[in-house]
Amino acid sequence: MSGRRNGNGSDKAVIARLEGLGRAVAEAARKGKNPTLEIPIRALSNVKFNDKRSIIELGDETQSRLFLNVAMAKKFMQTMLVAAGCKEFVESGKTTSLRDLFYRLKHTLPGTTENTFDEQEESDPIIEDVEVTLDTLREELHLFASRKGSMVGPITIRDSGDQIDLARMGSGGWAVPSIVEPSVIQFVRHEAKYVLLIEKEAVWVRFNEDKFWKREKCIILQSGGQPPRGVRRLVQRLVNELKLPLFVLVDNDPWGLYIYSVVKQGSINLAYESMRMAVPAARFIGLSTFDREEFKIAKDLTIALDEQDRSRTKQMLDYPWFQKKPWQRELKEMLASGVKMELEALSTKRNISFITEEYLPRKLKEKKWLD
Amino acid sequence: MATKPRSSASGRKAKVRAADQLELPMGRPIAGSKPEASKPPAPKLPAPGAAPKAAPPPPEPVAPAMEAAEAAPEGAPRKGKGGRLDATALGRLQREISVSEFFTKNRHLLGFDNPRKALLTAVKEAVDNSLDACEDAGLLPEIWVEIAQLAEDRFRMAVQDNGPGIVRNQIGNVFGKLLYGSKFHRRRMARGQQGIGISAAGLYAQLTTGKPMRIVTKPAPKKPAHEVVMQIDMRKNAPQIVSDKETEVPWTTGTRVEMELEAKYQRGARSVDEYVAETSIANPHATIHYVAPDGEKREYERTTKELPPSPQEIKPHPRGVELGLLLKMLQSTKSRNVAGFLKAEFSRVSPRVAAELCKLAGVAPETKPRRVTPEESEKLFRAMNSDQVKIMAPAGASVVPIGESLVERSLRARVPAEFYTAVTRSPAVYRGNPFIIEVGLAFGGQLPMDQPIQLYRYANRVPLLYQQSACAITEAVSDVDWKGYGLQQTRGQIPVGPGVLFVHMASVWVPFTSESKEAVAGYPEIEKEIRLGLQEVGRRLQGFVNKRAHIAYEAHRRSLFDRYIPEVASAVASLTKVSKKELAEQLAKIAKKTTAKADEAPVANGRVSAAVRELATKGAPPAEDAKGTKAKGLFGEQA
Repeated sequence: MSGRRNGNGSDKAVIARLEGLGRAVAEAARKGKNPTLEIPIRALSNVKFNDKRSIIELGDETQSRLFLNVAMAKKFMQTMLVAAGCKEFVESGKTTSLRDLFYRLKHTLPGTTENTFDEQEESDPIIEDVEVTLDTLREELHLFASRKGSMVGPITIRDSGDQIDLARMGSGGWAVPSIVEPSVIQFVRHEAKYVLLIEKEAVWVRFNEDKFWKREKCIILQSGGQPPRGVRRLVQRLVNELKLPLFVLVDNDPWGLYIYSVVKQGSINLAYESMRMAVPAARFIGLSTFDREEFKIAKDLTIALDEQDRSRTKQMLDYPWFQKKPWQRELKEMLASGVKMELEALSTKRNISFITEEYLPRKLKEKKWLD
Repeated sequence: MATKPRSSASGRKAKVRAADQLELPMGRPIAGSKPEASKPPAPKLPAPGAAPKAAPPPPEPVAPAMEAAEAAPEGAPRKGKGGRLDATALGRLQREISVSEFFTKNRHLLGFDNPRKALLTAVKEAVDNSLDACEDAGLLPEIWVEIAQLAEDRFRMAVQDNGPGIVRNQIGNVFGKLLYGSKFHRRRMARGQQGIGISAAGLYAQLTTGKPMRIVTKPAPKKPAHEVVMQIDMRKNAPQIVSDKETEVPWTTGTRVEMELEAKYQRGARSVDEYVAETSIANPHATIHYVAPDGEKREYERTTKELPPSPQEIKPHPRGVELGLLLKMLQSTKSRNVAGFLKAEFSRVSPRVAAELCKLAGVAPETKPRRVTPEESEKLFRAMNSDQVKIMAPAGASVVPIGESLVERSLRARVPAEFYTAVTRSPAVYRGNPFIIEVGLAFGGQLPMDQPIQLYRYANRVPLLYQQSACAITEAVSDVDWKGYGLQQTRGQIPVGPGVLFVHMASVWVPFTSESKEAVAGYPEIEKEIRLGLQEVGRRLQGFVNKRAHIAYEAHRRSLFDRYIPEVASAVASLTKVSKKELAEQLAKIAKKTTAKADEAPVANGRVSAAVRELATKGAPPAEDAKGTKAKGLFGEQA
């Protein structure tokens, strides 16, 4: 959608938008009208796949949140509390976790036993409402989510003013923070030829131990399952700013394929942030169903698809971004084979370093990836 | 709340039969005796002069006839002690039993089964008499009820009224003779019926304490008052005057009855307190001063100064008259032909209706009533109960209801609630007796939420405190689906909710299930009328409940908004430069406007607003109503 600006808000601009929200409510009250917020709908019904940009985007549909409505009054009040809380953090230049914000805003309403918020599950969606209503990112509101993921490679960065050589991070790697905006993280220099995002921490450890990144001159990241916002945003910056190709290595199962899909096009949940997160150029390097034959993976290393896997795969067959022929072939083959494989299936038996020494070099060399 | 199995149609029949059996020996007009006949068999028992002083021969000696009827089953021994008895031996054992003796042995039949109930019954009989007497004399009743505890199980009860008093030579008969009264033979609405009540109370008192009754009565302002102390001669069913003297009293007219009896006083349901309170609701024209045994005084001021119109005596209505009664009436009528008989002996029979009845029955109108054959009388009976002849409903004047507005006003004065309504149905008929059902409801307010609704049952303005579960009123209340009207209810039970339900049956003759007059017998016509009244009240209640729910919802809305307004105001004030106080006030104003309904009273000016009433009646399930209208239509044009 054209009107949405998506991020790039300085603290000043974000504060101005928060103030605008307050002004609108005050204005309505002055005129004797029911204060109302227009909040873009964050649901599958209001999510579109932008073919041109090849990302998932939020549509134009909005829902009205009225203050003087029994069903909405509490959420309206919570929205205003979250907005006021965020403004405080942005103004003071400090960041906080979602949980911390929840605790700061949680209190009992005077003269009642009712709390403004009872659980963090209540405040988290309200925060997303504020993000999407103000067309800002969580990070711009000085909020961070739980942190996950690590990275190593021939690159030197500056993190909050500290220069760090990611080629000298030992076995644990550099922990990717939640907020990786240019104001916090800058890229100083690098020798990398590509970025490799690995779903599993254990597999990433194999790559780090084997110094794959040194040999191949690449940056390797692990996301511990579905990549958190920090990892996705950092990967996008690496790709966009350093013009590096991105390869994604995931399990050969619907879940793994969905991780790739989210990295590439964005998620339905966070569709409003696709512009800031998605890497349409991301390539799927493995594990492909066809690798089983190609790399002679023993049948006993596969796992049968369960009912959930099957229905999930069938759903993905209908996703607009999986309509390309190779993808349809890939998904249908998975269904036909009736099995799934984990990345670990490549490191057993013959050679523990099979994945770093044979599998990935050969796939890259033969350009056996999917777009 | 006593539970009882849901009664089916057969259950109802059984109940009606039971009522008949109990009524018959008591000499209902339809039963054995001929109340109209002025020359009964010579009285054997209450022989003139049996009473020590001035006991005149009973002018209407129904009692002996009754006793004879009773004597047969009671007095005929079926087995001898040793061998068998022949007719002569049996004959020697067969003798008359006095009514007084009979009730000495069967006092439970009159409501004296236990000490607690005895106290209530004694008060009730005295108050009923007082109210009837005042109304007959056209006086606004003022009644004093005083109960004093003399010992653990001994009480003195005194009931006094401002009524017409009793002439001296009748005092003995009124208080000292069972089945003696002015009401039994008249087809006229009254509280008392058989003339048993007060003398039975005196009899009970005498039996339990040995103390005589004391009656002080002043029939006219300028005449002296009489103080009579008397006992009842149980064997003779006759008064036994202990002392009789003129005395000075500070009141103009009225009667005071005092007796000492073995009793028990306990507050709560079915207590004397409850009886007095309920009586005051159904008798808004009466003022009652009550002194409880613990000395607590309660005043029930009258809420209207209008005396209910005096009920007229009426003849039976053709609808629902039983064949037996018809046969007897044919024999005893003075009319010379059947057409004249129908016109003269029944109410609402015009010459045209009489002709139509004869035609339908195939009986020549000029036939002499005594010559009507049993077959013809049966045909006549059918014609009288047939839909093909339209007969007007019985005259309303024979049955005097309390009236919708008075029932409502009365409930309002005595029951603290939020919503009041009342319905007085049009007159209807069962077994030839006209009756009117009235239903009132007080709902909400301080009344207990989670208990069965309180049911106040009345027959001819007399509260019925016992045998709730055996009563047709209770049955009708349990049969109505109250869930549809916004109350909780277990199927077939009395609904649960903060309410007092008032049901009054006014009739020339209320069919009780027993002589202690505690429960109304379940005639289908009566149950139907009660049900229709309850449903009408239910629909009005539904309107109120809906509206109240709406108001409660609006109030909930407002309280919700009011709670959040300070939070929103302070958040907005920290987002942008506005006055938190000013913003909160503005928001509160908007919230008040959008929840304006919360400020409305569910009932405007004490009555359901017209809109609610309209809503309530329009939203009603019309099925029963339609039937009701159709049934009325049988009588053709309404009186």
